[in-house]
Formats: sequence, structure tokens, C-alpha cells
Amino acid sequence: MTVKELSEIKGFSVVALPDPDREIGGAYCCDLLSWVMGRAKADDAWITIMTNSNIIAVASLADTASVILCEGVELDSEVKALAEAKGVNVLGTEMPIYETAAAISNLI
Amino acid sequence: MKELSLNILDIAENSVRANATLIKIAIAEDSETLRVTVADDGCGMTPEILENVTNPFCTTRTTRKVGLGIPLLKLQAEQTGGSVTIVSRHEGTFPDTHGTETAALFYKNHIDMTPLGDIIATVVTLIQCNPHLDFLFTHMTVNGEVRLDTRELREILGDVPLNTVDVIMWIKENLTEQYAELKQ
Repeated sequence: MTVKELSEIKGFSVVALPDPDREIGGAYCCDLLSWVMGRAKADDAWITIMTNSNIIAVASLADTASVILCEGVELDSEVKALAEAKGVNVLGTEMPIYETAAAISNLI
Repeated sequence: MKELSLNILDIAENSVRANATLIKIAIAEDSETLRVTVADDGCGMTPEILENVTNPFCTTRTTRKVGLGIPLLKLQAEQTGGSVTIVSRHEGTFPDTHGTETAALFYKNHIDMTPLGDIIATVVTLIQCNPHLDFLFTHMTVNGEVRLDTRELREILGDVPLNTVDVIMWIKENLTEQYAELKQ
């Protein structure tokens, strides 16, 4: 499933989608950025509630398919612009982390 | 990072890469705050680099385009209501007094405070990997101070390198003993 396809599923919305056709290979849940840097795999959907600009750097470094922001947390316009500029996909959802991961697990 | 001592290791590695000869690592605690300062006499940063240093897409590394040492330290400090301040004097402008001082303030009773972790391992690792450099480590607590100065060790050791197994073991034991004394 591509990030664009996931964004069209009920419950998910687009925050930044500079690379819509990126294929999602798996999912990873964690909020400790240094941990994510070393453990998230390329093509993962990274599920988090963190919203500072460092998440864009971590997603770029770990080469994740998309960041998925849970619990309805929102990005500042600056961070959103950074995601677009660095080619990092970001989706949003109102679901908590567990439900988000379970939903993605059913979809991919 | 999971432990502040790993952040300290990371920041001190910046000093190593800046060709410092003396790196001072100071931790100062009272009942509410913990302040970490890493000060070096390395090449320093130009005002342009300094301005960008909390930007995760700014790095001096050439192997990749993302640098998260300072951004992560800042995030962790701010999560507790604290802050990070960096003062740097570049060797081009300050030929005699160049260097960088990074200070991070944490409110340690905050629920999102990162634990200090194994600071002894951090100090020992830094000395072991950089035996040609000098380190001054101080940790002030309400119960007293832990202190290690490799310049003093060097005076006693003469030509024996700091990364000799026996010396490293002694440093580790000495720091462990100093911390044990604080607890009493």
C-alpha cells in the first residue's frame, strides 16, 4: 500500500505528502527519537505523537515511508513546510498509537 | 536519548572533532535542577554555524546530511522546562581564546526528565578513546562533589598512556568510590 492510498482511508488525513507513491513496508511505534533513529526500518510507517522539527530529520535519516501523527496532534506550519522541503510524508489520525498500528497492520 | 550520559558523550565527541585539547564536563545539581556544561578549547564555530546548530539538518559531518546531537539535547532539556545555551568563539576571530561551551539546564523533577544514566561509563569511554586529550569531570551534588582531572593523573603517570588497562580500571573504580561516598 502506498502512503497516498493510506491517506485516503477513513480516519487518516494528509499533513504533508511530497512523496505520495512511497510504498509502506511495515510499521514502527516509538516516541524516543534517538531510539527511532537506530531501530525504525526503511519503508516503515513511523507512528508517533512527537511534533517538533527533529521528527523530520529522524524520518529522513531512518528513511521511513511516512510519519503517522496520532491522537490528533498537529504540526506547526514551519515543521510542515520542512517536511515538504525534505520530501518526508506525514499523515495524521485521531486514533491512539495502538489503534493506528492495528489499523495499518490490517491494511498492509 | 534514553540516558543524559549518552547526550553528554555525543556533545563531548563534537569537542573531540573540533580538535580540543582540554574538555571540561561539569554537572551541577541542586534539589530542582541539573545543569550539564561541556566546555572545550577546540576550533569553535563561526556565527553562521552557531546560528544553525539547533537545526537538525545542519551538521559538520560529510557522511550524512542530518545531525541530531544538539537538537536532541535541546528537545530533552525543553521537555523538562529547561533550555540549552551555546557560546562559541571561532579560532579565526579568537586565535587565543577559541572554544565552545554548551550548557543544558534540566528541571529534574519534571515527569519527562531523562535519567542521567551511567555517567561513569561515559567519562571512562571518552578517556579510553581519546587518551591524548585532557578531561576535567566534575559532578556537584547537594551531598558533595565528584571530580576527576586527567591532567593530575598524567603528572603522576608520567609517560604511561591514560588508556592503559590498569589506568582505565583505576579511573572506573575511583569514580565508583567517589559516588559511593556521596551516598553515605
